[in-house]
Amino acid sequence: MDKLVNDFSAGLFFWQIILFVLLILLLKKYAWGPILNAVNDREEGIKDALAAAENAKKEMQNVTADSERLLKEARAERETMLKEAREIKDKIVADAKELSKAEGDKMIAQAQAAIEGEKKAAIADIKDQVASLSLEIAEKIIKGQLSAKDKQLKLVEEMLGDIKLN
Amino acid sequence: MQNPFLKRILLVVALFWGIGAFATEKRPAGEDKEDLKTEIKEYINHHLQDSHDFNFFSTTDDNGVAHHYGFPLPVILWDNGLQVFSSSKFHHGEEVAEVNGNYYKLFHSKIYKTDAQGTIEFDESHYPTNVRPLDFSITKSVVMMLITGLLMLLLFRSLAKSYKENQGIATGAGRFFEPIVLYIRDDIAIANIGEKHYKRYMSFLLTIFFFIWFLNMFGQTPLGVNVTGNIAVTSALAIIVFFITNFTGNKTYWKHIFDPLGDGMPWYGKLIIYAILVPIEILGLFIKPFALLIRLYANMTAGHVVLMSLIGLIFIFKSWVGGPLSFGLSFAISLIELLVALLQAYIFTMLAALYFGFATHEEHEGDPELEHL
Repeated sequence: MDKLVNDFSAGLFFWQIILFVLLILLLKKYAWGPILNAVNDREEGIKDALAAAENAKKEMQNVTADSERLLKEARAERETMLKEAREIKDKIVADAKELSKAEGDKMIAQAQAAIEGEKKAAIADIKDQVASLSLEIAEKIIKGQLSAKDKQLKLVEEMLGDIKLN
Repeated sequence: MQNPFLKRILLVVALFWGIGAFATEKRPAGEDKEDLKTEIKEYINHHLQDSHDFNFFSTTDDNGVAHHYGFPLPVILWDNGLQVFSSSKFHHGEEVAEVNGNYYKLFHSKIYKTDAQGTIEFDESHYPTNVRPLDFSITKSVVMMLITGLLMLLLFRSLAKSYKENQGIATGAGRFFEPIVLYIRDDIAIANIGEKHYKRYMSFLLTIFFFIWFLNMFGQTPLGVNVTGNIAVTSALAIIVFFITNFTGNKTYWKHIFDPLGDGMPWYGKLIIYAILVPIEILGLFIKPFALLIRLYANMTAGHVVLMSLIGLIFIFKSWVGGPLSFGLSFAISLIELLVALLQAYIFTMLAALYFGFATHEEHEGDPELEHL
């Protein structure tokens, strides 16, 4: 211990502290600071790059999945569109058929009604003509029969006889 | 064919050179060995201490005159005013330096105030009793700290710049240091302090790790510096850790010291236990950084002593067996020391981070010691 105390040099101690503190400050400013920052930046850069690569990979997968999904969707859509079109076609055809049938029926019915009307008119006309003809005939007959007095009396009697009978 | 042959010849000559040198040794062997041992011991002791000049190596010529190769450093003393002069005035401790009417002498790498004759008086335990003026000299250790600091600034500044120039990727030497910086961030700072607070301490942790490591590594070079094995240096580092820990300590940290049991016990029960517990906790505050400073100091000093002793053995044995054996051993220890240099820097940083973790730990987070097991 004596030797240690005797060997201790205050001057060296003084210089050591001064120089060492100065060295720390200088190195901090000119070396350690920039070095640690550069290393840090580099590490951050590597980390970011790795993360970006990972992201890109994920995005790539997403894109592939997306396109596949889109393809599937498009295919399904085409299917449904075709199906719909077929249905529409069928419906149109069916509708057209129905419509034309109804129209036809209606036309037939109208025609029948017109025919019926014509027929009735004709029959009525015939009836009129038959009646007038019958009247004329009857007039002529009556004229002929009632031209004599006995014949008139005879007729009155006949008629009275009919009434009694009734 | 000729080249390997020539090499072999040279090798044999080189091997026998040693024997020739040994044969021409003048002094008797026994006495020489004792002298050598004390010389090596003193050399090691001298090396472990700080020095006022930067010496690369010394030689002694045939006349026994020492020649030192290196350069002097400025001496700055506070002794009734600032005294600044070159350490060359001491002539490596051989002469008394006279500055502004004051006399100074180097003794075991320390400057003592003395008279014109350079008298040094000793107490019973052989420590000088002369006055030691406050010594703020730019010593060898300070120079090495400056060099290390400059090296770190250049190195890590270039790393910081390389990020900008190369889109966030390090170039050159930065490629080697970047993983270490990241290791300290992820496995020392974040692991011990937590995501929330670690950023505040990063500058300190990084600086102290590389500072200790680089200085430890410089200690392994033949430059012969021993900065981290100096008690003043490790104390300074530990005191900085101490201040940072206690100044950034939050409520939970202080509560843990002064009220460690919390609501677990009624107040009259606490009274007795706290009489023992609180002083221990307070003592712990100081023991933690003290352990840091002693650990680093002891490890580095021990490493240097072992390594230099093993190298010294070569000169003591001077034999065919001892030389290579010492060389092999010291080589092996050198390798271990390289590891220790890193390990001690790691341990110091790790423990500092752990203490910071205690200081910023929040109650609801659970026990930090258990969290990271």
